[in-house]
Amino acid sequence: MDLNIVWYILVGVLLTGYAVLDGFDLGVGTLHLFVKKDEHRRLLLNSIGPVWDGNEVWLVTGGGALFAAFPEAYATVFSGLYLAFMLLLCALIFRAVAIEFRSKEPWGWWRKLWDTAFSLGSFVSALLIGVAMGNMVIGLPLTPDHEYAGTFLSLLNPYALVVGITTVLLFVMHGAIYLAMKNDGELHDIIVGWIPRLIGFFITAYVVLNMLTLVYVPHVLKTVQSRPWILAIVLFGVLIVMNIPREIHKGRRFNAFLSSCLGMIAMMATFGATSFPYMVYSNPNPENSLTIYNAASTEKTLGIMLIIALIGVPIVLAYTACIYWIFRGKTRLTGHSY
Amino acid sequence: MDAEILARVQFAFTVAFHYIYPPLSIGLGIVLVVMEAIWLKTGNPLYHNMARFWTRVFALTFAIGVATGIVMEFEFGTNWATYSRFVGDIFGSALAAEGIFAFFLESGFLAILLFGWNKVGPKLHFFATCMVCFGAHFSAIWIVVANSWMQTPAGYHLETTVNGQAVRLPPEHVLSAADLGTVRAVIDDFWAMVFNPSSVDRLIHVVLGAWMAGAFLVISISAFYLLRKRHLDFAKASMKVGLIVGTVATLLQMLSGDFTAKGVLKNQPAKFAALEGVYQTEARTPMTVIGWVDPVSETVQGLKIPGLLSFLSYEDVNATVTGLHNIPSDDFLKARYPNASPEEITKIRRSYWPPVPATFQFYHIMISIGVALLVIIIIALFMLWSGRLFKTDSKLTRGFLWVLVLSVLGPQIANQAGWFTAEIGRQPWIVYELLKTSEALSKVVTANHILASLIMFTFVYLLLFLVFIFLLTRKIQHGPDHLEEDLEMPDSWKAIIRTKEARA
Repeated sequence: MDLNIVWYILVGVLLTGYAVLDGFDLGVGTLHLFVKKDEHRRLLLNSIGPVWDGNEVWLVTGGGALFAAFPEAYATVFSGLYLAFMLLLCALIFRAVAIEFRSKEPWGWWRKLWDTAFSLGSFVSALLIGVAMGNMVIGLPLTPDHEYAGTFLSLLNPYALVVGITTVLLFVMHGAIYLAMKNDGELHDIIVGWIPRLIGFFITAYVVLNMLTLVYVPHVLKTVQSRPWILAIVLFGVLIVMNIPREIHKGRRFNAFLSSCLGMIAMMATFGATSFPYMVYSNPNPENSLTIYNAASTEKTLGIMLIIALIGVPIVLAYTACIYWIFRGKTRLTGHSY
Repeated sequence: MDAEILARVQFAFTVAFHYIYPPLSIGLGIVLVVMEAIWLKTGNPLYHNMARFWTRVFALTFAIGVATGIVMEFEFGTNWATYSRFVGDIFGSALAAEGIFAFFLESGFLAILLFGWNKVGPKLHFFATCMVCFGAHFSAIWIVVANSWMQTPAGYHLETTVNGQAVRLPPEHVLSAADLGTVRAVIDDFWAMVFNPSSVDRLIHVVLGAWMAGAFLVISISAFYLLRKRHLDFAKASMKVGLIVGTVATLLQMLSGDFTAKGVLKNQPAKFAALEGVYQTEARTPMTVIGWVDPVSETVQGLKIPGLLSFLSYEDVNATVTGLHNIPSDDFLKARYPNASPEEITKIRRSYWPPVPATFQFYHIMISIGVALLVIIIIALFMLWSGRLFKTDSKLTRGFLWVLVLSVLGPQIANQAGWFTAEIGRQPWIVYELLKTSEALSKVVTANHILASLIMFTFVYLLLFLVFIFLLTRKIQHGPDHLEEDLEMPDSWKAIIRTKEARA
């Protein structure tokens, strides 16, 4: 296995970490306006309070790792999808500061304003992340110099929008399960009441998405035919998602959340396995595609970065686990809460 | 307007706005570590009360710092795609290291710092505070390393691709427009990149600037409470901590400024000449205290101290400082324009100068504020020593306390001015003497795109800034918790508290 493959996997791990961790934050945010009582909204915010910030770092580090390991892909994607990323950044800013600002003042209009900012920001972030993923699956039109040749509107194609909506539904389901795990009492019962429907929505969207992929994205179909083992990952993903209602029914909230995490990992793995070895697939003109070889930094840099990752990532995982452990248990509102 | 100007304005605006917050996180981080250390050491509940209050201020600055920082991580790709392709092999690793070593540390332990007061023991809480503070400093390290590499690139070579094979280019290779897209800078020596000629000087300068930002915020708010005669014990103790950190930082900053300027002299002579508007090479070069540059007549008007620049540069009042008319060197220009006549070379040379008036003014703003802050801190120390600083009925004291209230703006303006000096002084280069800013843009991003996002960021950041000021003011008005309320803590925390007699 060469360093390029190692880094393809590592960037994938970072982005998967982001999806799994910030995924529930964004899901909780999207659900925020559907919860009506002020006390419940505060519980929602404080359920993600100690961890949202660290979760977002996965995106920042994923971006940094993409820049370091595959600068051509970083430059092409971010300049090509300029307006979409600017909107995403704007949404992420609003959502982040809203968490900090919202409970600082008791006034109704103030809380309503930041509740809306938090919720809309979360929804738009999830949607745009999904739309970006959708476009990566179909492929972006690239020139021979690896520059993006499409427009902003061509990003909003029906297929990408379906991926966007599926992502929102996935994050919402994931977030609801997280909330069920982190809360008890009235709020817990409300959320648990929603979960079966949310799972239903997501599974419907996921099935539609997979059928669309097979029909409208022929190169993915071809890849899957030549790599039939990908179907095993898909099957695992489907089974693990089906396991969620069972765990919820038996009252095992943590197992339900774990299943949801594993389901997301399986979906990201499917994405990674079908995309390989492309960083950005060019559609049309696949010969202009960015691969893990023509988009990569030198072997030397990939080697240095691997050392950095081997030192840094275990430490990060260790104290992230400690922090989740310290803040385990049900959310309670105290003087330090948001 | 053209895309280059807009892209530069947008980057400058978003990074300048972002840079209000990280120095406060770094500086307040140090202050929090000091306060919690005193609390653990003396068991005086006042310091616990202080740490709690300043943590809330810290949380506010940190949240906006994170939110606006995410933008920066991606803006290299969105606005400067050609640059990103060219330097990704080198610059990217510094950014990734920042993520792995700094951001995770900061944001992870922040959870304990903010929400762990009653969840963990006091020692673990102190450890978390130290980690957040370290994380903020690590972040400064990597980002300053990355920027310093753009100022003084080292540890790399240029490489091109011929028939799919990487070919190393000789060090004297001059980048031409045709090279962009095929030639890139790649790493030779990671540590030479990290410890490039300017990174240590500039890192110290940036970190001390950040400590000053944190210290003067604490000094300012404490002075405000003294003036209002509210939370007096809290204000006096906070003021002392602020003054300790502020004094150390300000004194060291004078030394660091000297080193940094000498580094610029050695590594970036064009920037150095622009700092003082030195056009002609001359002996006994003066330094301007306050003044303005006339770029047409190439003169500087204002209050000058003869020979001071020569002295500060070479410790000799009669030394010669190279002026812009000899920078860049003839050899440098002839390598790029082999067919140009001597007259043409003279003309072309100007296109390699940074904008002199802007570089000059930003530099002088920074220097003047730095000196003013030094004077303020010396007076404050003298008044503290002579017991006058806390005599809030005296007119003189009240006047000076108002100066301290306003002093919070000093480090903020100086930090911004310093960065503007550093970045404008590097022009026309994005990577010094290697890649020009005008060549580094994203090819597919149009001026309209950038304008649209610039307008969006202007609105969003204006709103954020107003909310930040509003919430900060509210926090200041609310003040620290009552000591008694604050004492509702778990037994493991209460065990720290010792009475005055026991402390003595």
